[in-house]
Amino acid sequence: MSAYDAIEGGKSAARPETSGWLARAIHRNGAGYLFLAPWLIGFFCLTLGPALVSLYLSFTDFDLLTSPEFVGAQNYVRMVTADAKFAAAIRVTLVYVALSVPLKLAFALAIAMVLNRGMRALPAYRAIFYLPSLLGTSVAIAVLWRQLFAADGFVNSLLATVGIEGPSWISNPNYSLYTLVVLSVWQFGSPMIIFLAGLRQIPADMYEAASLDGASSRRQFLRITLPLLSPVIFFNVVIQTIEAFKAFTPAFIISGGSGGPINSTLFYTLYLYQEAFSYFRMGYASALAWVLVIIIAIFTAFSFLTTKYWVHYDD
Amino acid sequence: MATTIQLNSVEKRYGAHDVIRGIDLDIKPGAFTVFVGPSGCGKSTLLRMIAGLESISGGDLMIDGARMNDVAAARRGIAMVFQSYALYPHMSVYKNLAFGLETAGYKRKEIQQRVNDAAATLQITDYLHRKPKALSGGQRQRVAIGRSIVRDPKIFLFDEPLSNLDAELRVQMRVEITKLHERLGNTMIYVTHDQVEAMTMADQIVVLRGGKVMQAGSPLELYNEPANQFVAGFLGSPKMNFAPVRVADGGAVTLDRHRIEVNRPLQVAPGEDLTLGIRPEHIGIGEGPGQTLGEAQVDLVEHLGGSTVLHVRPQFGHEPLTVVLPGQHTCRTGDVVTLRIDPADCHFFDGEGRAIRG
Repeated sequence: MSAYDAIEGGKSAARPETSGWLARAIHRNGAGYLFLAPWLIGFFCLTLGPALVSLYLSFTDFDLLTSPEFVGAQNYVRMVTADAKFAAAIRVTLVYVALSVPLKLAFALAIAMVLNRGMRALPAYRAIFYLPSLLGTSVAIAVLWRQLFAADGFVNSLLATVGIEGPSWISNPNYSLYTLVVLSVWQFGSPMIIFLAGLRQIPADMYEAASLDGASSRRQFLRITLPLLSPVIFFNVVIQTIEAFKAFTPAFIISGGSGGPINSTLFYTLYLYQEAFSYFRMGYASALAWVLVIIIAIFTAFSFLTTKYWVHYDD
Repeated sequence: MATTIQLNSVEKRYGAHDVIRGIDLDIKPGAFTVFVGPSGCGKSTLLRMIAGLESISGGDLMIDGARMNDVAAARRGIAMVFQSYALYPHMSVYKNLAFGLETAGYKRKEIQQRVNDAAATLQITDYLHRKPKALSGGQRQRVAIGRSIVRDPKIFLFDEPLSNLDAELRVQMRVEITKLHERLGNTMIYVTHDQVEAMTMADQIVVLRGGKVMQAGSPLELYNEPANQFVAGFLGSPKMNFAPVRVADGGAVTLDRHRIEVNRPLQVAPGEDLTLGIRPEHIGIGEGPGQTLGEAQVDLVEHLGGSTVLHVRPQFGHEPLTVVLPGQHTCRTGDVVTLRIDPADCHFFDGEGRAIRG
């Protein structure tokens, strides 16, 4: 028994008997709980509480103005049977996730491999490449993106110098989603930093042994780098996919909150926002939110299940 | 047919920093050559230059008479065993052994044959399906060696391969590598900082210091006739005793005021200061043949069973000496013993540390 325990035990013995394990726990570790209090309050009041309330609301017709009436699974049934915009939002979001995540990770890995070759000003390059990740999800960057890809924007001006007349990227439904994919790829800094850290953990003598065996750079990349980096790739895939499912700001700003043109940028979260705050169908929006949670959970669980086939842990 | 390696004035520079300074070396076909030296002497760098993992800043590397400076590592016919083993952790032992053969485009049947042969040679057949993390240090070391022998290279390079093993396993693997060399007959270069490994395994030892070759020769040649004080002190355990002496008339030197008859011409003018070197095992105590060196007090006794090590403080000089006596002795700390030497066992070094031959 430590001196602290002895003192605490002495105090406990001197005090009157308290009832219940919670009271005893608070009595014994009061100072600890006091320090935990800000997080506990935040977690229960701002995360768990609202989440549970939204779960309840998803089974109601709550419209912000009147009391919620319980409607059972009606919101969920409507989603899959009578809501074309829900299907459009799912389709747009899945296309966005399927394109932006692999492209962003491939780009981040490529840049990380270049930086990993050893550069004098590596910290400066790292900071420069990371900057878009800090700014990328901001409203200002989304506005800038809108200017860049507008009909008379910078991209088309650039194309005009080589005689190409570019379309209006953000107002053409054939291209608008892809401008958002490009914006996402541009925010490659965060996974790049993680890839760079992972690459630096791969011992140089693995490559030296492979080069003595005559392995080409491509073979070294495929047979050594990718397998040894697989835990980091897995982490980045999960995190970036969740981020992509949750993407909202760029679509909101570029489409002016409409998800247009012709629902081509109607991200799932944007549709959820419209239902909640444009049409005040808070119950339905809550159901949409829980479906997104389930989609992300299924994806994450599926990802974890596949790890035994492609993720190599060294321990 | 085993392979010759020649280094002609080979140099390595990192910017203004010279790491390898004009090394000339001939390695005979089938020889087991050991590069030995203290940390930072350039032995691993030199090995990596031969392997093709480091560029050569100056001079020529010749393998079987062909200049190899600009030849890619994979085309030099070299296999290397790394200090860390460098096994691919995500591959089974079989895949680790097969990797180089697959890369070289061997057919599956031949790969299987070669891997199985190597595994049988190194007694790792039972572990072929395991990942490296499921192997002990010794087993990993065998896999690393196996990976190098499956390719049937002309030259084997070993970069301190035993340094991660415990003492017992190190001795065992030392014997196995020596036997492997005898069986294969290939040219092998082995880097170590352990002089016992160097002495026990080498046909030729190359002692390096500061990027230069201090001496190259057979283990006993270096032990018996060190070219300089560094080599004399580096090889041998416990290390050689050194004491300052002055050349006297009549083929003698004086240690403090004690006269030692050298019995051979030193070809150094009387009055010149030299360093006397004598190995611990060449100093005796009590009555016996040779010259009496004087009395010394025993500071410490180490009983090793097969031999006894005395750390003594001579009354005729200030430098403590180490004495190794064969067998077991009853000396105790504080005893005063009479030291004796055979002048033929004495080594002399000039002011720059060069050996003076009689």
